[in-house]
Amino acid sequence: MTKETVLNAVHRASGAKMVDFGGWDMPVNYGSQIDEHHKVRRDAGMFDVSHMCAVDLAGEGCRAYLARLIANDIGKLKQQGKALYSAMLNESGGVIDDLIVYYLDDTHYRMVINAGTADKDLAWMNACREAWGSAVSITPRRDLAMIAVQGPQARQKTLAAFHELAAAAELKPFFGVQIGDVFVASTGYTGEDGFEIALPAERAAAAWNALVAAGVAPCGLGARDTLRLEAGMNLYGQDMDENVSPLDAGLGWTVDLAGERDFVGRAALLAQGQRQQFLGLVLEDRGVLRAHQKVFCAAGEGEITSGTFSPTLERSIALARLPLGVALGETVEVDIRGKRLAARVVKPVFARKGKSLI
Amino acid sequence: MSANPSNLKYTKSHEWVRVEADGTLTVGITDHAQEALGDLVFIELPAVGKELTAGTEAAVVESVKAAADVYAPVSGVVCAVNSAVVDAPESLNADAWSAWLFKLQPADAAAVDALLDADAYQQVVDAA
Repeated sequence: MTKETVLNAVHRASGAKMVDFGGWDMPVNYGSQIDEHHKVRRDAGMFDVSHMCAVDLAGEGCRAYLARLIANDIGKLKQQGKALYSAMLNESGGVIDDLIVYYLDDTHYRMVINAGTADKDLAWMNACREAWGSAVSITPRRDLAMIAVQGPQARQKTLAAFHELAAAAELKPFFGVQIGDVFVASTGYTGEDGFEIALPAERAAAAWNALVAAGVAPCGLGARDTLRLEAGMNLYGQDMDENVSPLDAGLGWTVDLAGERDFVGRAALLAQGQRQQFLGLVLEDRGVLRAHQKVFCAAGEGEITSGTFSPTLERSIALARLPLGVALGETVEVDIRGKRLAARVVKPVFARKGKSLI
Repeated sequence: MSANPSNLKYTKSHEWVRVEADGTLTVGITDHAQEALGDLVFIELPAVGKELTAGTEAAVVESVKAAADVYAPVSGVVCAVNSAVVDAPESLNADAWSAWLFKLQPADAAAVDALLDADAYQQVVDAA
């Protein structure tokens, strides 16, 4: 049975093309996905991200529980509202999911986990809680809808539509704040400024329509994918999964091995070390890089994990796992339908804040 | 989406074919196909002079989302390609019926008769 967000009827009424995404019936585009992409880089666009799952953690033991559960160090969160991006690992060091956790207060944290992984994540989190004798409560918030408003004009247009959210105006990057029954966070998945808003599901359709009226363009998962890829942000299930170490998936910066903190997967990561590097590719020829294409480098073979046409760069880009020893600026070859085309190795960040970084 | 022109022939794999006065066949992909693919960003056409067998890969069209093969509707030799569409793949989204891909000199002039007419093609689309 395909799941629907509370905004499903709104998407269909506005002519969205719907696709199955991790068991959810979601809009892939409302018209041209390239236009939607540019809208976010240049103005303001919004995504229904209600398929993702907010999970509230409560209790005295929250911090101790999170210190053990996730690979990044929850101890870095010193200011209320601050958010942390992290992977949640299994004992072998594979990635169960990637997530954001917000520090609300000393006994309350909110996590946002991926849609397709939500059930297994919650089962894992509950199993850990039992095994560790933790008293923390774990509550999925399926009563909330989530809308991501992204782009240089996202804040201004959101605040114009909702005067009651004025307190969010000065939110520094990667913070969240509860305002009445709405949670507003300055996080996102596009490489642009903006808000992610969690609100009671029954108010989502009215909020969506108010944002449309304020000039925010509805955008589908198609644009969301090209935006996150340009911004060099990983997609779970594609760039990493339970069989991939975060160190091999470009997530080393989110793994905190300093000190003695004993998080799940730490021992495995220390034993394995980094075995591959996660880098960007820019195709020199015409064509489109796609996931699973083979990459031939002087140092050996690698594989593209995500590839697309970049609307900002107007050429094809990809994220790839390549052998250690491949250097930035090196030219490699990618097998595209039996032909070997030249690509340049770059840092895995292609565009942010409206600008090409290549 | 615009209706399938009745003066064209169609394949189940979403190519359209127009019989020209000189007996050559002009081939493109249907409006349904461009709509399903979404924004096109790359088109690869066969070389002029290439011999194609009916039902085999003749060209590639790629959207932001996916790559799709374009098949030869009948057997024949490629006698022209539309390089303008290679330079502007988005023109195919704008008007699939005018943004042709290649022209074929068919091996058998009667082979085109076996292709679908506009109504039969619409049934293929509706059944999908």
